[in-house]
Order: sequence, then C-alpha cells, then structure tokens
Amino acid sequence: MIDLDMGPYAAFVWPAWAVTVGVLVAVVARCLTQARRWKRELERLEGDNQ
Amino acid sequence: MFGLANPDRFMRVTRPLVGPLWVIAAVLLAVGSVWAFRVPEDALQGDTVRILFIHVPAASLGLAVYASLGISCLFYLIFRHSLADAAARAAVLPGAAFTGLALITGALWGQPMWGTWWVWDARLTSMLVLFLLYIAYAVLRGAFDDEGRGARAASVLGLVGLINLPIVKFSVDWWNTLHQPASLLRAGGTSLDPAYLWPLLVMMTAWLLLFLAVWLTAIRTEVVRRRVLAIRARRAREAQG
Repeated sequence: MIDLDMGPYAAFVWPAWAVTVGVLVAVVARCLTQARRWKRELERLEGDNQ
Repeated sequence: MFGLANPDRFMRVTRPLVGPLWVIAAVLLAVGSVWAFRVPEDALQGDTVRILFIHVPAASLGLAVYASLGISCLFYLIFRHSLADAAARAAVLPGAAFTGLALITGALWGQPMWGTWWVWDARLTSMLVLFLLYIAYAVLRGAFDDEGRGARAASVLGLVGLINLPIVKFSVDWWNTLHQPASLLRAGGTSLDPAYLWPLLVMMTAWLLLFLAVWLTAIRTEVVRRRVLAIRARRAREAQG
C-alpha cells in the first residue's frame, strides 16, 4: 500500500519531491523544445534550397 | 567508438535508441517513485527516508555526468572532434540540474535529521563546488563570440574540474564530515536493507536512463544546430560575394 502520510516530516518530504519533479520536467521540456526548434529550422533552410 | 565521432554516423546510430530510452526511463521512474512510497518508515529517519530515493540518484548522477563532461572535454582538446564538444555542452544542463537537486534535497533531509540545512563539511562543500563548475563551464562557453574559442576555454575548465570528483567521492573518508560515509558502494558490500536497496536501484537506473535520453537528444540537437549555423554562414557569404 502507498503511504502518503509523512507525519511530522511532510514539510520536508513533499517539497523535496515537488522540486525534483519540477526540475526534471523543466530539463526534459527544454531538451525536447530545443530539439523541435532546431529540427524545424533545419527543415526550413533545406526546404529553401529546393 | 571513434567511428561515432562522425556526426552523420552518430545521428544514424542513435536515432533508434532515443525513443526507447525515453519510454523505459519514464516507466522506471514511475515504478521507482511509487515503490519509494511503499517502503516502510525507517526506524531512525522515519518518512524522511523517502527523500533518499531522489537524493542519492541525483548526487550519483551529478558526479557521473561531470565525468562524462570532463572526458568529452579531454577528447575535444586532444582530437578536436566537434561531437566531443557537443557531448560536453549537452551534459551541462542535466548535470547542473542533478547536482542542484542533490544539494536541495540534501538540505531538506538534513534539517530534520541533523538539525541544520547546511554545514561547510567536505562532502557538502565539494558538491557545491561541483555545481559551480557546471555553472562556470556554461558561463565561460557563452562569454566568447567565437564558438571555437569558447569551446576550447570551457574544455580546459571542464578538464581541470575532474580533480573535484575524487574529492567529492572520498571526502567522507578523508575528512571528518557530518555527511555519513558511503552505504551503497563500499568495501564489504552495501549496508542497505533490501527493502530500501531494490527501489533505490530502480530509481538510480531510471535516472541514468533519463540522463542518457536527455543527453543523446541534446547532442543530436547540437549537431542539427551546427548544421543550421553552417547553412546560415554559407548563405551570408554567398550574399556578400
């Protein structure tokens, strides 16, 4: 069973997990948006050549 | 390995790897995160033990990613492979993020367990230095208009920063620190109870695969970015001449 009652440590456990999820989501989001951005730009430039 | 230094070959070889890496990392992260909240409370740490399932992978990856960055810098300085420079550049953001998370989650664990958010002991201080090395690498790269000069200067810094890795790893053995000694990788085997060991290993694997997914994607993006810049530069020359 999942234990979500952190008792007196809730003020430490939840912020630690929240910050971690936030940072990891931000890293992944930046990685994927940059990949999409430069891929589109390359396709646009190569399309201009044809 | 040197065959992969060819950007075209690298793009071809890594293309089928990236998607599965993202999927497996996401599944393992979900499994490990649920498992972290199913383990029993620790007799001494209580529920704060659940912070260690993110703190330990973050700290381990912070070190491992810097090793990747430093080795990439070494290859760039010796062989001038642009892909080695791309690998170093792509490692900075996830490495800084992991190291920053290790510092933050460590503080959130330290306050209830040690009674303090921070002490200037050797382990914590050397981890802070590691975080600053990532920042310094990124700042130095951006400080030059000429990307090649920025890459060379940052690579020297990245290489020199490798000295800090054994200091972080062995700080708890060389000095008297508040931070506990290694409990996972140590002589005589792990001191962790299997109830905590297995979910921790799942989380560490998940974070490693997540890093590889981010890293490969970012290196591939860097290759594409350089192609874009090369096309723009060629067109600018053609327009002038």
